[in-house]
Parts: sequence; structure tokens; C-alpha cells
Amino acid sequence: MLSNFIDATYIAAGLMFILALAGLSKHESAKKGNAFGIMGMVFALVATNFAIAYTDYANHNLQVDAAIMLYAALGIGAVIGIWRARKVEMTGMPELIALLHSFVGAAAVLVGFNVYLDSPNADMFHTIEVYLGVFIGAVTFTGSIVAWGKLNGRFASKPLTLPGRHWLNLGIVFALVLLGVWFVVSHSIIPLIIATVLSLLLGIHLVAAIGGADMPVVVSMLNSYSGWAAAFSGFMLDMSVLVITGALVGASGAILSYIMCKAMNRSFISVILGGFGDDSSGVVAGEDGEHREMSTTEVAELLADAKSCIIVPGYGMAVAQAQYPVAELTEALQARGCHVRFGIHPVAGRLPGHMNVLLAEAHVPYDIVEEMDEINGDFPATDVVLVIGANDTVNPAAEEPGLPISGMPVLKVWEAGTVVVFKRSMSAGYAGVQNPLFFKENTVMCFGDAKASVSAINAALPQAALTA
Amino acid sequence: MDIGVPKEAADTRVAATPKTVEGLLKLGYSVLVERGAGAAAAFDDQQYLDAGAQGVDAAAAWGADLVLTVNAPTPAQLDLVKRGAILFSFLFPRQNDGVADQYAARGITALSMDMVPRTSRAQALDALSAFANISGYRAVVEAAHAFGRFFTGQVTAAGKVPPARVLVAGTGVAGLAAIGAANAMGAVVSATDVRPETAEQVESMGAKFLHVASDQGVSSDGYAKEASADYAARAAALYAEQAPVTDIIITTAAIPGRPSPKLITADMVASMKNGSVIVDLAAQGGGNCELTRPGESYVTDNGVTIIGWTDLASRLPGQSSQLYGTNLVNALGLMTPEKDGVAVVDFDDEVIRTMTLSRDGEVTYPPPPVQVAAVPAPVQEAAKEVAVAPPKPPRPWWHQVLAVGLGSLAMIAALTFAPSGLVGLFGIFVVAVVVGYYVVWNVTHALHTPLMSVTNAISGIIIVGAMTQLASDNWTVKIIAFIAVLIASINVFGGFTVTARMLNMFRKA
Repeated sequence: MLSNFIDATYIAAGLMFILALAGLSKHESAKKGNAFGIMGMVFALVATNFAIAYTDYANHNLQVDAAIMLYAALGIGAVIGIWRARKVEMTGMPELIALLHSFVGAAAVLVGFNVYLDSPNADMFHTIEVYLGVFIGAVTFTGSIVAWGKLNGRFASKPLTLPGRHWLNLGIVFALVLLGVWFVVSHSIIPLIIATVLSLLLGIHLVAAIGGADMPVVVSMLNSYSGWAAAFSGFMLDMSVLVITGALVGASGAILSYIMCKAMNRSFISVILGGFGDDSSGVVAGEDGEHREMSTTEVAELLADAKSCIIVPGYGMAVAQAQYPVAELTEALQARGCHVRFGIHPVAGRLPGHMNVLLAEAHVPYDIVEEMDEINGDFPATDVVLVIGANDTVNPAAEEPGLPISGMPVLKVWEAGTVVVFKRSMSAGYAGVQNPLFFKENTVMCFGDAKASVSAINAALPQAALTA
Repeated sequence: MDIGVPKEAADTRVAATPKTVEGLLKLGYSVLVERGAGAAAAFDDQQYLDAGAQGVDAAAAWGADLVLTVNAPTPAQLDLVKRGAILFSFLFPRQNDGVADQYAARGITALSMDMVPRTSRAQALDALSAFANISGYRAVVEAAHAFGRFFTGQVTAAGKVPPARVLVAGTGVAGLAAIGAANAMGAVVSATDVRPETAEQVESMGAKFLHVASDQGVSSDGYAKEASADYAARAAALYAEQAPVTDIIITTAAIPGRPSPKLITADMVASMKNGSVIVDLAAQGGGNCELTRPGESYVTDNGVTIIGWTDLASRLPGQSSQLYGTNLVNALGLMTPEKDGVAVVDFDDEVIRTMTLSRDGEVTYPPPPVQVAAVPAPVQEAAKEVAVAPPKPPRPWWHQVLAVGLGSLAMIAALTFAPSGLVGLFGIFVVAVVVGYYVVWNVTHALHTPLMSVTNAISGIIIVGAMTQLASDNWTVKIIAFIAVLIASINVFGGFTVTARMLNMFRKA
């Protein structure tokens, strides 16, 4: 009866997790989705705790020490987790999520070792499961740590390209297969430990070879890995709830990565194997030319006369923390009767949907924030486009062949009346491709820190109203 | 330098409006406007004076250092232009041989506005597009005037009125403007063009694009001529089919300097309903309709009005003058980099170079071909190449079926020897993967970050596994499990909290 109760609870929890994912697909139901997720987790935790306690009680073997350890661990974890979650800046969201992925990976490795230590001589299938679970957990763990470091600037964001890195990866995988055979046959801990170290190295190397601009894909890929790691733990422990949840998360992360890759017109394999741009040596093609500069006051005057305006933010807005002044500018322009919208490229920022979160933080209503496909046709009818800290996602060179970004769908900002590009200098974007947009006749550059520039425009705007 | 703006001899338009005079003054020029120059476009002399221009007589306006006109000057007017002057006008050198020599002989530097290259940089100077836009709008207005019925459909107490059906042939600037205007008036609009890639623009303007039935095999293997003849036949079939059911046909297929293609035959006109209207914007080049009489509007025997006006842009003189005037200000802006009122004919600037027919007594027409840098043309070429490249032959359908079949067999073989508990779990696993796959497909892009943080929190479910291990008797296992519970709970609590925090930020206007 107890096992039925546990299984039923796990089925209910699994259902709630499905409802959580489904709810998160729309703004209207998103909060409900999160609540379903919390409820599912509470069900699973309480039922598991109850089952353990009840079994121990029935056996007259109450483990007080284990209970204390459980609640202490839960308490400490809760305090740290909630504290970090409340404190984190929205611009730092990608790092936090990457870090959280690493925790799941680490937990999977630990659980795997525990399963082995508990019963070192289990049957072949369980041994294989332990091995695979530890492998994928370890890759997730170090991969996420490296992603976290790249996102917050602790590690260089440039892709690390060791000579023969594909062979290196292949060598590690081959060694892992051999070690796996050894482990299954001998049940010795030595191959397991060597395999763990190799997996940790593989995780580091895999993500280190991927450039900072591809991080949205990497983070969602690691999300997927963390799901598979949980699923393998479920197989080891014969716990259906872990299998269901892990599979859900794994599949959803994989789909998200696929959507991201499609948005960049890159194959999933090439992103995972890393090294953005190495297939296009010496590509800084593109024309050089003259660009025009405009002061913030002039931009304010331009905006004062604009009837419609589209703001295209990029990672630069996040770096400069410019979302609040941008939101202020939006309100000021709307008050003047200007039709303001936002155009978001699917891979803008360092996390899928990163820009949306930042704008939401600054209280920009989500119904004026549009996706690329929704807004791309509207540029010709728009007076002014403000490009804030975006570069490759608005590069017209993507429509030409032979460049690293060729074929990537971009926001066609240059079709608008005037394009104002906020940028710190004339340097090329992440992909190293010069951006012909800057030299177009209808483009003006507004150099400086995006936050300072937008604030200055906000200050200048009312004056422009008087003179206009 | 002085800029002269004379009165046009036989046109309602004028090359500068009070507003563009301000732009010219900003470039450092002084502006001499012939008295009455803007009268036909509803700009009176006082407005010009208020803007800062001087009112002068014809001789002074023609005798300025720079002369701006819409139409090429008549011989008498040309005699008033001084040697060394710069003239901006529509001179159509491609259509009229020897124009350049005429100006070179008189020592006039002549720039022709119809020679503006079609690069993105020169767009601000492109007066032909500006006029085409106006013509397209006006064509609809003329059609509505001649058409004895509503454009929009109505249901009234006295019965139902069907909407007018408009067909636009040729979807360049003029065609798109006509589609927009006709659509705004409530007509049912369809359009066609030899360039199927314009379908998207047509649809964005609210019209239906009619595709000429295509036969792909013909065009790729080199029978271009026959293919085009074949294409013309298929296009003609389309027009013949549309003519009887269409109320208004607006044709805009003009090729500069060449006779317009004949799209609408006399037979098609004969098949149209009494009261139908054809507006032929290509009348200048002979017309797209066989029965068009350039410059004339008349009614055929079967009651079809054919409008062949060639001056549609002049029929909206205020707007035409304003847009053309702005094109000229932009052109002079290129030539006056210092904004000091001194125009420089700089041949390093390819836009200026292309427009210039004669300079300092030398003929400079025809210009060298424009090096179109990273602008549409090469892109289009590339696109064509890509299109021509043969697509990978799709793998036969049974490959996939075979792969799935073999995969399933392998899975069955493996599971047969697995412990029975695993098989059940595996079933759950497969179903969960499929569910996850379908659930996530429709996620709004804006919610990707919250979705990721919630899946992250959910994958913290691994805590459950670690909890069961805490009950182990082995202390090593216990301590490792303790650490696992701790970090997994950071994940669970942190993940849900941060998701809730983010979702609270999203709000609707």
C-alpha cells in the first residue's frame, strides 16, 4: 500500500510538472504554471519524506540523525537558494541559471556514487545506469561552471580552440567507453573515478570551445543535460518521478536549443562542437565607409518628431544596465503620441528571452515587445529605429554569402527612415564581421555608454518639445 | 551661389516649395524664385518670401548659378541660362540622343534626376520613385472618378452593392501605391508582376498576388528566349481570364527608354464589362494596353474608359513639388559638404558622377557603370545562385521507417534481458520525452528564460533520490547524500523563487 501511495503521488507530481511546462508557454498562464511546479515539488518531497519515516517507524528503527541531516540540508539549501534568487540582478540571470544547472549535475554525480557505494555489486543494467548517470552529471556540472564563468566574465568568452579538439573529444569518448566496459565487468571503483575525472574534463572542454555569443544555446543545452542526468538517477534508484521529470526537462531543453539554433541558422551539431567562426578564416570583409555621428541632443530632436519608433536591444543594453532609461524613454515617447515598440531577435542577449526579462524588469509592457518575425515587415513604415547594443542581429551582411553569420535571419532595421545605433566604438560585433549598417545613408551613430546616452536623451527630450 | 527656381512652362509642379527653400538656405545658398512659380501648386509668392527666398523675373531665375527645374528647358529658356551654370532637371538622356552634347556646347553642367543610380545611398535623391508613388495613388483617384460606382461593398436597405474589383499589373513603386490606395477605398485588389518575389510586398499592402502559372523546367536549361515567349503567353492567359471579371485595371509596367510591353490586348478590352476602367501608367512609352492613347482619356465602343494621362504626378502638384524639392535638397546636400553655398561637382561621388551629363563643356554621358557595393544587386544574384543550385535529393521515405524499425528492434532486444522494473520505467521515460517535446513547442519566445528557470527548479527533483539515500546505514553515503540534498534544494528553492520573481515583472499595458 505504501508503494502504491508513493507511486500515485509521483504520478500526480509528474502531471503537475507537465502542467507547469504547459503553463509557462503563455503569459496569461505562466504564474499558474509556476504554482503547479511548486505544488508538484511539495507533493514529491512530502511523500518521499513520509515514506522513509513510515518505513523506519514500521521497522522500529527511527533515524533521528538522518532526519536532522535532511532538514538541515533542506533549510540551508532553501536559505541560500531564496537569498540568491532574490538578490540576483536580471542582467545576471544567465549566470544564475547556468550555476543552478551545475548543481543538478553535481547532485547527479553524488547520487550515482552513492548508488554504487550502497550496492557495489548490482546487476549489469544498474551498473551501466550508474556509469551513464555519473558521466552525464559530470559533463553537466563542469560544462555549466564554465558557462557560468564565461557569462560573468571570469573566463574568456572567446572560444578555446585547441589543436585537434574534435579528435581530443573523440579520444575521451573512446576512453570512456573502454572504462565503462572495465567498470561493468570488474565493479571496481577505480574506472568509475577515472571516468568521472575524464567526464569533468570533457564538460570543461566542450563548453570552453563555444563562444560567448552562442551561450543561449549552450545554457538551454545544459538545461537539457541536467534533465537527462536526473532521468538516469531515476533509473538507478527505480524512482518513476525522477524518470518522468528528467525526461520532461531533457526533452524541453533539447527543443529550446533547437529553436535557438534555427533562429541563428546554424546546425545544432556545429554549435555543440563549438568554435564559432573557425570555418571562415579572415572574414572581416564588408565595406568600410564613412559613418555619421549624432549627439544625444540631436537624437532627442529626431525622436521628438518621430511618429513611430522601434527599439532593438541587444546584449550591450544588458551590459550597460540601460533597461531602466530605455523604459523611461519609451514612456516619454508614448506620452508624445509616438508609437513605440520593441523588436527582439531570438538570440539577443546571453540567454533565450533574456531581453524580454530585462524589459519586464523595467516595467515595459510585454504586448509592445515583439518577436523578429512579427516586426520585420514593419520597419519600412517606421520613422526611427534605435539599436541599443545590438550588432550581429541587425547586420545586413547576413544576407550575403560567405560570412560566418550568412543566412542568419536578422532584424531589417535599415529599411526604416532613420537608424540610430548606440555603440561604444566602431568595432565589429561578436562574429568579427564588419557591419555595413553603420555606413548606410540613413544610419547615424551615437557613441558612448548606452545607459548614459539614453539618459541624456531623456533629459533632452522635453527641451526638444519646446523648440519643436 | 544663387539658386534659380523658374516657373515651369507647361507643368503644375515646381522644383522648390517654401519648405524646401528653407533646406536650400541651410546649405548656404540664396534662392531666387520666379514670381508665380508655385501658383499652380498652391504655393503663393508670399510664402516663398516668408521662407527667405527672393521673388525675381524669369530672366533672373534662369540666369542664376544653379537652376532647378522639373522639365527640361525649352530652347528659349535655355538661352537665358548662363555659361558655367549648373542645371538640375529631368533630361532623359537615355531616351533623347544628343541631349548631353547640347548642354556641353553651352558650357552648362547638367545633372539629370532620372539618372540617379538605384543604390541605397542615392535613395534620398530618387525622384522617379517619388513621382511613381504619387502617380499610383492618382491613378486610383482617376479610376474612381471615371468608374460610376462605389469602390467599397455595402449592404443597404435598398440592396447589396458588391465591391469593385481592381487588378494592378506591375508592382513597382507605382503599382504598390495604387494597391494601397485602392485597398484603402475598400476595393477587392489583386495584382501580378513578372517578379514573383514581389508577392510578399503585394500581400503586405492588402492585395492578393496572382501567380502566372509557371513551368520550372523551361527556364533552367538555357531556352531563355522561348521561355520568355512562353511566359508571356501564360501571363496573357491570366489577364484574359481576369479581364471580364475585373472592374478596374491599373497597368504600371513601364520600362525606361523602351516601348511599354503590351499586356492588355484589344480582345481583352472587348471582354470587359460596360463601365469598366483601365488606367495606363505606362502611356508615356506607348501604354500597356493596345488601345491606350497617350495623354488622352476616352471611352471605347463597349463602354470601357481608357485613361492614358501621362501627367498623373502633376495632378497632385503640391505633393509632387514637395517630394521633388526634397530630392533636390538632398542632391545639393551631397554636392555641398561644407554647407557654404558652393556646389562642387565631385566625380569621386558615384551618385553625382552618374547624374552628370556634361561638365565644363565636356560630355560626360554615359557614366561608368555604378559599382554597387554591399547593396541589393549582388545579394539578389547570390539568391539566384542559391536557388539554381540543385537541392539535395530527399532520402527515400522508407529510410526513416527502416531506421525507426531497426532502432525499435534493438531496444526490444536490450529490454528483453533487462530487469522487469526497468522496462516499466523505460515506458514512462519514453512517454515523458514525447510529452515534453509537444508541451514545449509552442512556448512564447519571451518566456524562454522563465521556462528555463522553472525546468531547472523541476530538475532539482533529484533531491528525492538523495533523500532516500540519507536513510542509508553507510556514513559515507549519508554524508554524500547530505551534500546532494543541500545543493539540490538550492536549486529547487532558488529556481522557483526566481521564476516567480520574473513572472511578476511581466505585465500588460
